[in-house]
Amino acid sequence: MAERVLMKGNEAIAEAAIRAGCRHYFGYPITPQTEIAAYMAKKMPKIGGVFLQAESEVASINMVYGAAAAGMRVMTSSSSPGISLKAEGLSYIAGSDVPALVVNVQRGGPGLGGIQPSQSDYFQATKGGGHGDYRMIVLAPASVQEMASLTIKGFNLADKYLMTAMILADGTIGQMMEPISFEDAQIETYEKPWALTGTNGERKHNIVNSLYLKPDELEVKNFERYERYKTVEEKEAMWEEYMMEDAEYCVVAFGIASRVAKNAVVAARAEGIKVGLIRPITLWPFPTKPLAAAAEKVKSFISVELNMGQMIEDIRLATGCKKPVSLCNRCGGMIPSPDEVLAAIRKAQKGE
Amino acid sequence: MEHKRLTLFAGHYGSGKTNIAVNYALHLASEGKKVCIADLDIVNPYFRTADSAKALKEAGIDLITSQFTNSNVDLPALPAEAYRLVQDKNSFAVMDIGGDDRGAYALGRYVPFIKEENNYRMVFVANASRPLTRTPAEALEVMGEIEQACGLCFTCIVNNTNLASETTAETVLESLSYIEALSALSGLPVWLHTAEKAVAATLADTLNNVFPLQLQEKYFDLPSQKPKARPLWG
Repeated sequence: MAERVLMKGNEAIAEAAIRAGCRHYFGYPITPQTEIAAYMAKKMPKIGGVFLQAESEVASINMVYGAAAAGMRVMTSSSSPGISLKAEGLSYIAGSDVPALVVNVQRGGPGLGGIQPSQSDYFQATKGGGHGDYRMIVLAPASVQEMASLTIKGFNLADKYLMTAMILADGTIGQMMEPISFEDAQIETYEKPWALTGTNGERKHNIVNSLYLKPDELEVKNFERYERYKTVEEKEAMWEEYMMEDAEYCVVAFGIASRVAKNAVVAARAEGIKVGLIRPITLWPFPTKPLAAAAEKVKSFISVELNMGQMIEDIRLATGCKKPVSLCNRCGGMIPSPDEVLAAIRKAQKGE
Repeated sequence: MEHKRLTLFAGHYGSGKTNIAVNYALHLASEGKKVCIADLDIVNPYFRTADSAKALKEAGIDLITSQFTNSNVDLPALPAEAYRLVQDKNSFAVMDIGGDDRGAYALGRYVPFIKEENNYRMVFVANASRPLTRTPAEALEVMGEIEQACGLCFTCIVNNTNLASETTAETVLESLSYIEALSALSGLPVWLHTAEKAVAATLADTLNNVFPLQLQEKYFDLPSQKPKARPLWG
């Protein structure tokens, strides 16, 4: 029998990170992700790793920057307001092309907001958050198993493309418990000849930096970076399709919203409505391909989100506004019920 | 089942204390007893005793919880009226303690009253499927940390080994050697084995102290929609 354990989503992230070779964690507590820090605090000292509770989010992301520059697999985690504080460091990390894993277990916003689940940091994660031209790989787990597997995937992708991978989860998946397995985890390792590991007098100094005062040099850096991003967009988009073969309507939802939406799809099918679900697993790169294909055959799209409608813009872009997209949403820490999503599907069928 | 006036459920974070506390309170009420349950979890903001408020109220159970529970205020505050648990000796009281030592600190202020009355059962809830208590020795370590934090020693063990929706009779039966080892290490008796009621029914012939649990329904995942037990690697 495969060894299965019962874990909280937040714990699964921490354990997966350790298994992926992460030995450096820098964080600052905030609900609803504190179990990540608590797990690291308990386990890192036992395996020769570093758990450090910094004096602030700003300090912790800059410690991540430093450890990443030294070639370590390193992570930090926070929740919405804390990620805003880390935004400057995220931009510096991107501008220095070093890999890191950052976890955002989202809560309701804006401002201090609340402590209940939310998906309202979609824009912040996929469109920037920090300053300058940069991207992060954004992974959206929908189960505790995916909290673990996408964390490992995130470390792999970050090292492969020298960028930040963000786990964009929400309070529900962070807090809920499900049985999971760590078997068959594919942990990739990459050479880091650029890392600041000491020259031993045998090679030239490596420099990790985001400052380029000559505009032509800075432009070239950005062009090169976006070539890399293009490869990520071409190769790394991930999604799940459910009952899309004959679908006339397409629900699009990620993370916890997709779990609710799936129930609604099943209920609508029982009523004879031909509806399917596309669940983006990577939010950046956004899975444009399946959505563009769906736009050729479905009558309309329904975006189910725990925010005021953020992913809906990417659906419109991916589909070239070919078909109407309606929004079924709750926010502030509320989660739509399967019945609410079902009602939205019925409305779409009536063309409302 | 013989009951003490006070029953305290403590243990490792996520071992199932809240579910057992709620079910045990409902069981006491079903025997016609006057019951009071308190949510003393100052650690966990989600999935709490107060989520079962409706079922508890219908059973006539008095629920004491922080005024901030399930609100958006993230304050680790204890309700003043929780003193009623240790002072009003006319009710059976069930106390749901927060996980690990950091959750158990909150219990400390009630311990002098509990010891003075000396009519309590301090229950260590164990789940062998939890990654930080995979061995009896690790569980014993957590047990000691909790006792030090709250100043009260455990008196018995409840075996709540489960894998949530994937729990079968085998899950529980395979945990018996673990629980026996923990019992031997700690010198504490195993009071109950708990399992979701359908699983508990299949265990009734093999184990004589099985306590069935009615679990809260989830908001998503219809029976046909359970996530596949397949890791998404690669």
